[in-house]
Amino acid sequence: MSSILNIVNADNVLKLIKEGKRLDGRNLDEFRNLEIKTGVIPSAAGSAWVKLGNTEIIAGIKFAVGSPYPDSPDEGSMSLNLELTGISSPDFFTGPPQIDAIEYGRVADRALRSSEFIDFKKLSIVSGEKVFVIFIDCIAINADGNLIDATEFAALAALLNTKIPILDENNNIGKELSSDSLPIDLNKIPLSITFEKIDNKILIDPTEEEEFTSNTRFSLGLIKDTIVSCQKSKGGSFSEDEINIMIDLAIKKYDSIIKIIKSLI
Amino acid sequence: MTRLDNRQIDQLRPINIKLGVVKSADGSCYLEWGRNIVIATVHGPKPMFPKHLADSTKAVIDYRYRMAPFSVSDRKNPVPGKRDKEISLVSGFALEKAIDLEQFPNTVIDINSIILSADAGTRAAALTAASLACADAGLPMKGLVSAVASGRANGEFVLDLTKDEEDTFDAVDTAIGVLMPQNEIVLMQMDGFVNQKDWKKIISVGVKGAEKVYELQKKAILEKYPLEGDLQ
Repeated sequence: MSSILNIVNADNVLKLIKEGKRLDGRNLDEFRNLEIKTGVIPSAAGSAWVKLGNTEIIAGIKFAVGSPYPDSPDEGSMSLNLELTGISSPDFFTGPPQIDAIEYGRVADRALRSSEFIDFKKLSIVSGEKVFVIFIDCIAINADGNLIDATEFAALAALLNTKIPILDENNNIGKELSSDSLPIDLNKIPLSITFEKIDNKILIDPTEEEEFTSNTRFSLGLIKDTIVSCQKSKGGSFSEDEINIMIDLAIKKYDSIIKIIKSLI
Repeated sequence: MTRLDNRQIDQLRPINIKLGVVKSADGSCYLEWGRNIVIATVHGPKPMFPKHLADSTKAVIDYRYRMAPFSVSDRKNPVPGKRDKEISLVSGFALEKAIDLEQFPNTVIDINSIILSADAGTRAAALTAASLACADAGLPMKGLVSAVASGRANGEFVLDLTKDEEDTFDAVDTAIGVLMPQNEIVLMQMDGFVNQKDWKKIISVGVKGAEKVYELQKKAILEKYPLEGDLQ
């Protein structure tokens, strides 16, 4: 979507929002259709292709053997990286990561990390010396808004689909994958849920046009009714009440999305 | 219930503020917050280069949060990491509503905060200092951004967590920035593990804490720019 269309559509988005409607006919509290395919990348230890409306993200998992952090000598670790390159939008450019990609990736990473749904203690190889490091690389294929949630869903789906590689005699990553899945607690799966505010109305799962029109964003990470992360972004503001309304809404949405993600297992 | 450093649960660490400490800057602020030390400066509004980054309707804020290599126990790599960039981005956003940016189209306002000594709550301290530096620069302010951390440590809801409190087993740490006196939330970042009821409490502790920070900010402004005559 080139930016001139965003400018043209901003008026329409605003006009409709005043009546509680959206350009694509959704309710303000309605997610777009979510489709997930897993195991799409043969060379990765786990992978997923997420379509959230027209937003598409591919996540691929690779393992490395690394040193543990000094404060957690017997725990593995993970790292999430999001690439927004020219492939997915005329507004992105190929090159070093742009600030949007850094922010979206970190917000998705925080939701996954603070939920502690992966038992990193089980990913230690030699205590204090060698641990598994999980690299989650997410690539936007088509950008049409809400890249934060789409990235988090893709990362989740890929992690649930991951098999741990077999180590060779020197404890290096071998060529083959084992049949072991990651040590994941299925009762602690975190979801990211993002809102934008336009004309004092809160809407969920924004499209690119809606993001362009809005000047205030809020992302929540949650497990059912437990909040694990949040981020307010962009130049606008929220009242305390609005924050609480968004928490209530996100909790209501959790079950329907987690059902789609759990159906992959 | 008192805390490791003998504070009340809703008490800020000692905060010292001085405006106008950097001669070459249009506005500046030195701020001590417990063992945190921050200097914030403002340069601009000035013409934006490269020009394609300019906004023809308002000034653009370029906020940079930086930690000095010697500010933490293990030397910090001076190259800004993802964390620094993300904090810079959301803190810059937080300042947008505090300044009447529409008065200066096609310009940039450079705001730099450097953490000289760090002991938890640095992004809040940096943002608090930055908004004062903007006021000191004589920018047309709609209000001040007052920022603070609130959260949970050892089962208590506490204001302004220290590093030790951030490291407790049940810690939840939320950075909150409030545009005062409008009382609008402009910054909020959190990670932890907390139910809805407790988190509502944490937000409300943070918003009340921001009001206390605001009182100290007003005092600092009056110290440098005292009222005259009957208003004193």
